[in-house]
Amino acid sequence: MRLRVRFVKLGKVRWTSHRDVARMWERAFRRVRLPVAYTGGFSPRPKVSFGLALPTGCESLAEYLDVELASDLDGPVEALVPRLSAALPTGVDATAVGALEAGAGSLQELVTSCTWTVELPGAGSGDAGRLVREVLDAGALVVTRERKGRPVTDDLRPAVVSLTVAGTTPAGAVLEAELETQPRGVRPGELLAALEPSIELGLVRRTHQWIERDGARWEPLPPQATDAPHAEARAS
Amino acid sequence: MVAVSEPFTLARQRPESRRPSTTLLRKLMTSLWPRIEPLLAQVQKPARYIGCEDGAQVPAHAPGKVAWLLVYPDAYEVGLPNQGLQILYEILNERGDALAERSYAPWVDMERLMRHRGIPLFSVDAHRPASDFDVLGFGISAELVYTNVLNCIDLAGVPVRAAERGPEHPLVVAGGHCAFNPEPLADFVDAFVIGDGEEVVGDMTEVIRGWKASGRTAGSREAVLRELAQVTGVYVPSLYDVEYDGPFLRAVVPRYADVPEVVEKRTIADLADWPYPKRQLVPLTEVVHDRLNVEIFRGCTRGCRFCQAGMITRPVRERPADQVRTMVTDGLRRTGYDEVSLTSLSSADFSGIDGVVAGIINEPANCGQVSLSLPSLRVDAFTVGIATEIQKVRRTGLTFAPEAGTWRLRQVINKLIREEDLYGAVESAYSQGWRRVKLYFMTGLPTETDEDTLGIARLARRCVEIGRRHTRGASVTASVGGFVPKPHTPFQWFGQNGVPELLRKVNLLRNDLRRERAVQLRWHDPKATLAEGIASRGDRRIGAVIEEVWRRGGTFQEWTEHFDLSLWEDAMASRGLSVEWYVTRHRRDDEVLPWDHVRAGLHRDFLWQDWQDALREHGIPDCRWTPCYDCGVCTGYGIEHVVASPTPPAGGSQGTGQDLSRGDAVPVALLPVGGRA
Repeated sequence: MRLRVRFVKLGKVRWTSHRDVARMWERAFRRVRLPVAYTGGFSPRPKVSFGLALPTGCESLAEYLDVELASDLDGPVEALVPRLSAALPTGVDATAVGALEAGAGSLQELVTSCTWTVELPGAGSGDAGRLVREVLDAGALVVTRERKGRPVTDDLRPAVVSLTVAGTTPAGAVLEAELETQPRGVRPGELLAALEPSIELGLVRRTHQWIERDGARWEPLPPQATDAPHAEARAS
Repeated sequence: MVAVSEPFTLARQRPESRRPSTTLLRKLMTSLWPRIEPLLAQVQKPARYIGCEDGAQVPAHAPGKVAWLLVYPDAYEVGLPNQGLQILYEILNERGDALAERSYAPWVDMERLMRHRGIPLFSVDAHRPASDFDVLGFGISAELVYTNVLNCIDLAGVPVRAAERGPEHPLVVAGGHCAFNPEPLADFVDAFVIGDGEEVVGDMTEVIRGWKASGRTAGSREAVLRELAQVTGVYVPSLYDVEYDGPFLRAVVPRYADVPEVVEKRTIADLADWPYPKRQLVPLTEVVHDRLNVEIFRGCTRGCRFCQAGMITRPVRERPADQVRTMVTDGLRRTGYDEVSLTSLSSADFSGIDGVVAGIINEPANCGQVSLSLPSLRVDAFTVGIATEIQKVRRTGLTFAPEAGTWRLRQVINKLIREEDLYGAVESAYSQGWRRVKLYFMTGLPTETDEDTLGIARLARRCVEIGRRHTRGASVTASVGGFVPKPHTPFQWFGQNGVPELLRKVNLLRNDLRRERAVQLRWHDPKATLAEGIASRGDRRIGAVIEEVWRRGGTFQEWTEHFDLSLWEDAMASRGLSVEWYVTRHRRDDEVLPWDHVRAGLHRDFLWQDWQDALREHGIPDCRWTPCYDCGVCTGYGIEHVVASPTPPAGGSQGTGQDLSRGDAVPVALLPVGGRA
């Protein structure tokens, strides 16, 4: 049996890394005594796989993981949401759990795009609007990065599904961006830096991950998944 | 619309602080978090600075409570697991008249930003500035962090020199094993804690509470330090004058009649009374020793002559096996860890260790997923039985520490394990599926010859041969550290090997093992060994050297990428101090040692006799299982070993060649006749 869990990462804990979050979940699964399946061999590892890594420092309302169980659950799947949240550090909470069908693809394969919000400290809506237009009007946004010791160039422009000014706060403007994740996940920071290398970003938050199927966008959750709002799920 | 969610400051209130909203407001106002967070995107490993560990506490500050900031003066990932700090953190926070938060040395990138923005040293629990605390309490377990201690004091906004502090500054306190030679830090630390901290922090809190209540008036700092000096186990260096006779010490004498001439260490009589930490901190980011740690006993009487920990933490105090089991079971359930370490200075010596190990591994609630590590495992106690149990879950790294390459030299250092013991242990490991074992050695030991040094290579090769009987890919990692003589040990009089001699010995081994691909040789930088030697047996004059190294930017000196011997050599030269005199010179028996006024309970006569026995290659048995030879600790302090088994748990002779199966009925035959009362 495989479960897919959606969770949030908010507040101070956003400064932990993707690997740190993986360890938090392994400990939480053991705390709630979830019958997680383990790999064989000399160094057994729990069979847990995480989707696209969230950059350290970003918040998220839409993180996902898949966990394989060695045996079926005793109780209903939805009871896991508050139990897991209580076993997780403050700021990391499960918000939905669903059982996957046999043969369901991995998050890495399935997810096609993510929606992000990006704070631009000190920017007015005019500045933000100009930035958005420059990105959308660009024929190409080429970046060079190092991969396995060699420079690789990418055009990021095709990965931009949408980019809008979502609003302003006293601190500045907020952009909303939907960015593709195939063939690789483009991060909002590198997209904006491709245009303006010295740009300073405020809080960056992933709000959704999407699967495109039959011309529509879906969240990567099975249809019968629980969808408990995380605020009520907190037990601590 | 998007704001940093900030649930912590409000969510983790203790019940008593819920009512008055002014407390809440003050807490919010003194948190530096809004100034710290913008820096985090610019530093490596930002999770070092966020706190939020499971088990972390955000205690309410109040005028009637003494606020301790417990500082581990090294990087977060090294400091967080420190059990001593965690124990005191809980004990202080359980008191009605005290509270404790934690801090770690900010890494160099963070420090640069903090200094640039004027952000002081802060607690990771509530991100309060150091100035919100009455005490900065440092835990010091290695000499090379001394410059970091100064850096943290300075970052806290406190003058580094104790003499320049006023009533507005917190008291600077330091404890840990290094406090047993407090003199190199004497100019910077107001009060040292010598020995176990569990009880003494309470006694100190009561004294400091009075100081805080009196409003810390002008001149009150001297008075509170004078009062602290009355607490057993507390050493206040400013209350002592040091007299010199040329380069030699003549005496360290108290300036007042009510200040003790000799400061005796504190010792808790029974570990069962202190089942701490009860809520071990679970970090959110990777740290060293990232697992549940349960201390199974404190103290060790194996009598290894190089080992300061074994000498200063006597006697042996075992935790009851039932309490160990409870702490393991509760700790695993609470933390979610899948590894537990049973810590001590020699874990296989715990009475009934086999049963405890099997109980943990085979506990149904652990679902066969909890692995066990036993640090400081003696080879003469590592049996196939223990190997079989440990490897059921996952083969954690196995390290054995023969320490020296020949039996002759092992008798000198009193690490009485025979070659057959080592081969037996290694055989157990390889036969149970391990492919690699690590062996730890020291070089530069007293009386060491090249034959002894090359014995390291011989042992490592032989272990590989044994391994190959079981697995083709058998390999051995041999780590070699340069020996640094430590205070309060029989080797405190020994002149350390200099850099050229240590390098020569390392090269002997490198050449000898050049073609041996199955043996990986690793060695500690002899230059770092030299700097450690300066601080290890230094006197009060070394303080100026530490200060100069720090002022020239020499922090994080135990990190290879930051260590710089030339800083130390230059600082020694500029003060007219001789490295040779402090490090490589043999001490005379009539010489006043810088730590003679601090007592770990060991008679100086005993240590000197043991040093002479070492030079004569005579071993000394473990007094837990054989009659007392009166080192001075139990008799002097009126305490005793707390040991459940009268005989060595692993059986055998423990390398003494004696029948130890009858416990303390056995006469001591190892020593020269008339060698000891």
